[in-house]
Amino acid sequence: MQTLELARVLDGSFAALSVLAGLGVIVARQMRGTLYLFIAHALMLSASATVLAVSLHSAHLVWVALITLVTKVVAVPMVLVWATGAKVYGRREVEHVLSIPLSLLIAAGLAFVAWSVSQPLVQAIFAQPFAAINVPAGLIAIFFGAFTVAVRREGVAQLMGLLIMESGAFFASIAIVHDLTIIAEIAAAVDVPIAALVIGLLIRSIGSVTGNTRVGQMVRLRERR
Amino acid sequence: MLLAAMLILPATAALLALVSRRSAPWVTLVASLVVLWLAVVATLTVITHGPLVAVHGGLTLDALGALYLLLVAFVGVTSSLYSIGYLEVRHRFATRTVPRYRQYHPLFNLFLASMLAVPLLTNLAEIWIAIELTTILSAFLVAYEDRAEALEAAWKYVVLTTMGAMIALLGILVIYAGVHHAGQVPSWAGLVAAAPLLPPAVLLTGFVLALIGFGAKAGLVPMHTWLPDAHSQAPAPICALLSGVETSAALYMILRLYPALTHNSGIPGANAWYLVAGLVSAGTAAFLILQVTDFKRLFAYSTVEHMGIILTAAGLGTAAAHLGTVYQLFAHALTKSFCFYVAGLAAVTLNTQRIKGNSGLLIDSPLVGWALLLGALAIAGAPPFAIFIGEFQVLRAGFAAGQYLATGLLTIFIVIAFIAIVVQIGGLVFREPTSGQTPARTLPVSSVLALGFAFLPVLVFGFYLPPPLRQLIHQAAALLGGAV
Repeated sequence: MQTLELARVLDGSFAALSVLAGLGVIVARQMRGTLYLFIAHALMLSASATVLAVSLHSAHLVWVALITLVTKVVAVPMVLVWATGAKVYGRREVEHVLSIPLSLLIAAGLAFVAWSVSQPLVQAIFAQPFAAINVPAGLIAIFFGAFTVAVRREGVAQLMGLLIMESGAFFASIAIVHDLTIIAEIAAAVDVPIAALVIGLLIRSIGSVTGNTRVGQMVRLRERR
Repeated sequence: MLLAAMLILPATAALLALVSRRSAPWVTLVASLVVLWLAVVATLTVITHGPLVAVHGGLTLDALGALYLLLVAFVGVTSSLYSIGYLEVRHRFATRTVPRYRQYHPLFNLFLASMLAVPLLTNLAEIWIAIELTTILSAFLVAYEDRAEALEAAWKYVVLTTMGAMIALLGILVIYAGVHHAGQVPSWAGLVAAAPLLPPAVLLTGFVLALIGFGAKAGLVPMHTWLPDAHSQAPAPICALLSGVETSAALYMILRLYPALTHNSGIPGANAWYLVAGLVSAGTAAFLILQVTDFKRLFAYSTVEHMGIILTAAGLGTAAAHLGTVYQLFAHALTKSFCFYVAGLAAVTLNTQRIKGNSGLLIDSPLVGWALLLGALAIAGAPPFAIFIGEFQVLRAGFAAGQYLATGLLTIFIVIAFIAIVVQIGGLVFREPTSGQTPARTLPVSSVLALGFAFLPVLVFGFYLPPPLRQLIHQAAALLGGAV
């Protein structure tokens, strides 16, 4: 019983840190900073999966922890830097859609909404001891990621928002699904670096054709009269 | 082996296309022809013997899956044939950039493989991966012409649909967990079997997340904004795949959740989700078609309208309406791919995609003019084309079920869209040719051939359905109604 309590405390700490990392991606202006915060978020996902694996004696969650570590913490950052070009990460987003205080205020509201909408699901899943921690934290990451895509103009920042959403979905699901088939786990692991590679290459193409990677300012396509 | 071969073939063709640029179009065409043949064989087996299972249960094909598989395989063949001549012409007239010709065929084959995987995979989580891959593998096909506009369209497409996919991922995993806890295999059949036992909060949460997530990819309003941009910039054969079958893949996912939702007694008004989402999309798109000034964007908004019609049809909730739903899904994919093939040739002929300021296409290029007119009439729902049968079946079923408000609204939206499409395209094909227009160009033979092949089912299925196909549509509609 005490072990479970300790595991819940540890998992809660990792969940809190993952929420902070997600918040950081919303407000960090340096592109390199957003990449480090994504890595931190992925590390928290891996740590949470490890705690759950030990506590629930689940071999599948050990796989999730390892695969997350290898793909998101190591492979994705390497692929991204290679695909987009290292120069992009030295950039700083200078024109903000929203100020940092306003972004934080909206993020706090989003966290509250995510927590509230996750409660019916958490209550419906009676037998899952970590659902009350991971499901809200995962949903908050999804909301933060979507908000990042909406308010950031740099391609790399928007991509980090997408990746945080994906990590959020897995953060929530490891507490309720302990038995994804190994094929699904491997395929999901391969899918993320492929997505990062393609979107990274797209950012590079945009940079070489338009001269910058501020994708939020691309407004050529619209209905013409 | 039959099911696995349909995934292995396009993947192998992608490798071969990467190795030899010269033979890439022919390798793609041959591979897609063989896939079509395999899809027909597999479908006939499903019709007579029930669902096919392969690779230790990793692959499954039932009637609804077989119908979608046939659509992907058929549009794959016409699209690869169309591409042969079309890309050459586009390449010749592309003045501002060098298109990504070398990447086209390998990506085309991989994109096709990912769409074929959607109806073939058994495991719900693996199906999500296939759906996500359809976006990733087609991003550079949308950005084929390496211009700022094409890259902008590709970015919007990737970002919006990937956002949707991430939301859908959580929805699918929530449903996966529920099905597993109910002691069933996490597959479509397992979901239907587990549905009555699932806590309503689990099923409803999973469904709402999937509706939002897959809805973004299907182009449902208000997540539709990527669709007209991507279709205005992507090459015509890619538009045919995107609008004809890729958006249908996302809709297929939403439709497959329908029987689970309606078989859970704790979720009252399950049909209302489909009705509201469908009517909002159909209505908004009908009015947007009125204002559009680019004919490829017009057909893109028409896709949004048809996604709405299909969802509304499902939400009407009767067996007759489900028959209409499945028929409409089938007819739309065939007709819309034809429309984009014509739009591509019209753009080559006119050297523009703008409706305003252009007219007299029937005189400038009678073949393209007539084909565009027929395509517009077919997609708008005029008889004797296949869409007419689907829409008529849906409206008749809706009124017969006493769903007067929803069916009445749907009728109004269909009529508005019909008028808008006919008026817009009518202005382009009739009247005197605009003075100073670019002289008509020679049309690529392969593209004209593909146009002919694509038109056959659009016309024939409007008044005759071969018995096996009719049987397949009935079996697929029964699955939508909850049959296992």
